[in-house]
Amino acid sequence: MSIILNNISKQFGDFTALANINLDIPEGELVALLGPSGCGKTTLLRIIAGLEHADRGQVFLKGNEVTDQPVKKRQIGFVFQHYALFRHMTVFDNIAFGLRVKPKKERPNETEIKKKVHALLNLVQLDWLAGRFPEQLSGGQRQRIALARALAVEPSVLLLDEPFGALDASVRKDLRLWLRHLHHELNVTSIFVTHDQEEAMEVASQIVVLNKGHVEQQGSPSDIYDHPANAFVSRFIGHTNVFELGQQDTFWLKNSGLPTPETGKVAHVRPHNIELEKATDEGAQAILKDWQHLGALIRVELHNKDADGGAVTLFAEMPNEQFKALQIDKGDRVAVRIRHAHWFH
Amino acid sequence: MPQSHIMPGFRPAISFTLVYLSLIVLIPLSAMLLKTFQLSWDEFWAILTNARVIASFRVTFVSALSAAAVAGIFGFIIAWTLVRYPFPGKRLLDALIDLPFALPTAVAGIVLATIYQPNGVIGKLVLAVFGVQIAYKPLGIVFAMIFIGLPFVVRTIEPVLQEFDTAMEEAAASLGANRLQTFIKVILPNILPATLTGFALAFARAVGEYGSVIFIAGNMPYISEIVPLLIITKLEQYDYAGATAIGLVMLILSFILLLLINLLQGWLRRRNGQL
Repeated sequence: MSIILNNISKQFGDFTALANINLDIPEGELVALLGPSGCGKTTLLRIIAGLEHADRGQVFLKGNEVTDQPVKKRQIGFVFQHYALFRHMTVFDNIAFGLRVKPKKERPNETEIKKKVHALLNLVQLDWLAGRFPEQLSGGQRQRIALARALAVEPSVLLLDEPFGALDASVRKDLRLWLRHLHHELNVTSIFVTHDQEEAMEVASQIVVLNKGHVEQQGSPSDIYDHPANAFVSRFIGHTNVFELGQQDTFWLKNSGLPTPETGKVAHVRPHNIELEKATDEGAQAILKDWQHLGALIRVELHNKDADGGAVTLFAEMPNEQFKALQIDKGDRVAVRIRHAHWFH
Repeated sequence: MPQSHIMPGFRPAISFTLVYLSLIVLIPLSAMLLKTFQLSWDEFWAILTNARVIASFRVTFVSALSAAAVAGIFGFIIAWTLVRYPFPGKRLLDALIDLPFALPTAVAGIVLATIYQPNGVIGKLVLAVFGVQIAYKPLGIVFAMIFIGLPFVVRTIEPVLQEFDTAMEEAAASLGANRLQTFIKVILPNILPATLTGFALAFARAVGEYGSVIFIAGNMPYISEIVPLLIITKLEQYDYAGATAIGLVMLILSFILLLLINLLQGWLRRRNGQL
């Protein structure tokens, strides 16, 4: 195990930021700490880095306890949300900083530093910016320079705080993929904090879902998506339709072919687990209210009349061609079939 | 086609600025220049090369530069304390910093002289422990100049320190730098331009200071006589041309020094990519 957190707790005044966090992160993983804002994910990252100290609990990096070690001794690379590049230094000097502050015995000479910095600049594909100052760079470039600077000291663990948070959408997409590839290349255990579940799914090999200072679930993206441990995870990851048995939904849920479960009375249904057919009989209750083109998928918004005459909105998603083949449009009646649901209490 | 500006009111604004500068700065200064021209070159040169005048210039500029340097360092520490650490009574201390701005300089001078003179509260102590007399010696001048210059330094550094992104310090620490390295390589370069501005302001104020200095200086010709005092002395002897001649040279010297400080600042900013 590369990173082990043992019973980490942290209070800020009356506010419990983290409550008894236990976490094992295997060597070489790219882990997303995912959760809504205020869930404690950044605090947890800063505790791993040593920028913040836990009230209770222990931190182990590569098998060594580092709980009481200051950040500079922990051999971590930290990439700050707003990059925190040294604004009075060139890009080159920024990356060289970690090498130049090493104690004399370990410090490489200037030729070696030069070679290493250019190697890192090539790694982040920005060698041509060596002489620029941070203020002359775009957000995406700053991000990559910050990463190169963190990598210069060959950290055993790389920690990234909302690495894509301050970037615009198109740059973010490119950088996500780039980070994933870079991680494949370097294979250094990395943790990044994000509130964006799509980003976590796309980049991470492991996701840790945090909520209100607790770990809700840890697992691979497909694990978490296909087998959410609880209602919070199911709602937070991807889109979900939520129906409660015992309320007005019971009747039509049974008609939709959904097997009633032994336990649980709240059904979480992924939009792609809802099948539609053009209604042939008058019994069908659902009306196609609207549909949106999401690219490869079509999202259909349905209104389903319940027994009391109110309406439930549900979303279904299907590939483009399938939607075309159904030949349905706004206002049509449709029959709803639910293939699969997760049941929670 | 007339030039158009995004901000309206360019004409009235520039007119006001020019009129103001003329009335308050340029016309009085030209009057001084004209008055000096009443002297022949030889007379002018004779006044300036007078040993007592040269001594007073040395006293003034050496004292002002040392006082500004000390105020620069102390001011930095005070600003750092005020910005970085929470402590009880912080607001009160913050308000005290500005006091030298408001205090009549003569009052400040008398108070400083009383305390730092050989039988004064602190003067006695310093004399006993270090064997150094402060008041009525050139050192007293420096003390008075530090007193009046310090607020300038604190007030110019404070906002820059407040804006300083502390994540840069965390980044330095995460890269393995210790506190000293972080301070020298990361914090100082970002605060240095503001410190230089504070230094320049404290220096300019110290060079022209009269009220507080004369009470503590002792005013011994050749030793602790400052240029402003010499000017007053000349005025009292109705030697107006002589007084303006000294004033003019003082103005030119100060201007050159401030210009140099500005150039140094510009160079620092360019080197740090902040232009």
